[in-house]
Amino acid sequence: MANFKNTFLNGIVKENPTFRLVLGMCPTLAVTTSVQNGLGMGLATAFVLVCSNFVISLIRSFVPSKVRIPAYIVVIATFVTVVQLLMNAFLPDLASSLGLFIPLIVVNCIIFARAEAFASKNGPLDSVADGLGMGLGFTLSLTIISAVRELIGAGTLMGVSVLGPNYPGALLFVLAPGGYITLGLVMVAFNAVMKKLDSRRKGAEGSVA
Amino acid sequence: MIKENLWLILLGSILVNNFVMSKFLGTCPFLGVSKKVSTAVGMGVAVTFVMGVASLVTYFVQYYILEKFGLQYLQTIAFILVIAVLVQLVEMVINKTSPSLYKALGVYLPLITTNCAVLGVTILNITESYSLLGSVVNGVGSALGFMLAIVLFAGVRERLENSDIPACFKGFPSTLIAAGLMSVAFLGFQGLI
Repeated sequence: MANFKNTFLNGIVKENPTFRLVLGMCPTLAVTTSVQNGLGMGLATAFVLVCSNFVISLIRSFVPSKVRIPAYIVVIATFVTVVQLLMNAFLPDLASSLGLFIPLIVVNCIIFARAEAFASKNGPLDSVADGLGMGLGFTLSLTIISAVRELIGAGTLMGVSVLGPNYPGALLFVLAPGGYITLGLVMVAFNAVMKKLDSRRKGAEGSVA
Repeated sequence: MIKENLWLILLGSILVNNFVMSKFLGTCPFLGVSKKVSTAVGMGVAVTFVMGVASLVTYFVQYYILEKFGLQYLQTIAFILVIAVLVQLVEMVINKTSPSLYKALGVYLPLITTNCAVLGVTILNITESYSLLGSVVNGVGSALGFMLAIVLFAGVRERLENSDIPACFKGFPSTLIAAGLMSVAFLGFQGLI
């Protein structure tokens, strides 16, 4: 069980897919214009990631390694289609604002990378934990980035006005360049925090010794 | 069918709706393969070829197979399979006909399958209901826009490598911010059409 927890936590902080592994940049940059979109995209990706990790780890022993990539793509595309149909039926607003990027979950490198690097080598339970951790780590980073962009760009959070009606809004942060710049700056902050934590841990060990 | 202006599609897809700079498609290879100008050019050429052919093939798949049998919901699966097969085919053909080009493109060929620009352009062609010719022009134009961005950015990055920047900004953060500034420049094309 400790193993399950470690695998799970690994994806959220230590190997955070966005800030550490730098995977899945396209949706990260494109849909984070508002918290709703970021959160929706993150959860949709997490769902696909958990399901595809589970199935791929079940079929890993009898899929010949030569055809494993097409096989994985079919598994992933199937779950993406499931998400696409469910979202169109139950969350049509979200579906239309995410648009093109729902089918593009298929080619999100995070899903493929985890299938190849983790699910094809580990059992179903661990793979689910990995998918859950990676998926939530991805959701967390999307939510952070979209919160920054929505707050600075429009003065709102989840559509609720935070900075008051007189806030002029900074369109740059909602437009394309804001995506790159915000992600860069959030990554700097993440690196700085991780560095501080590392040095504090080292400092604590040093004082004990 | 309304007559499309092919020049507008071409110009729009290269400059105004540049895939990398304003639509965020193909960002992964954009950040991954833009370290050197020469590799960026190789990647760009390979992507242009695949995107042109993929636009052509998926047009027929959509209108003559999926819509004929009412299978539109299989679009995602069908298109990604077409692209995967196509990339494999292109790899084999290039290997047979021109080994030197094959060597130059190397690992970039298989990587194209997971380039979301390719799947993105094929789906966009359908949602924008372009004609056959329009689809191919849009595919090639978008790919040329991708190539333009990746080659320009490789030039920026080659200089960025040697500059003195704070430790926290090293690597990806500085690259992303540079990409953001370049994207601001591409915003200037917005009023072109």
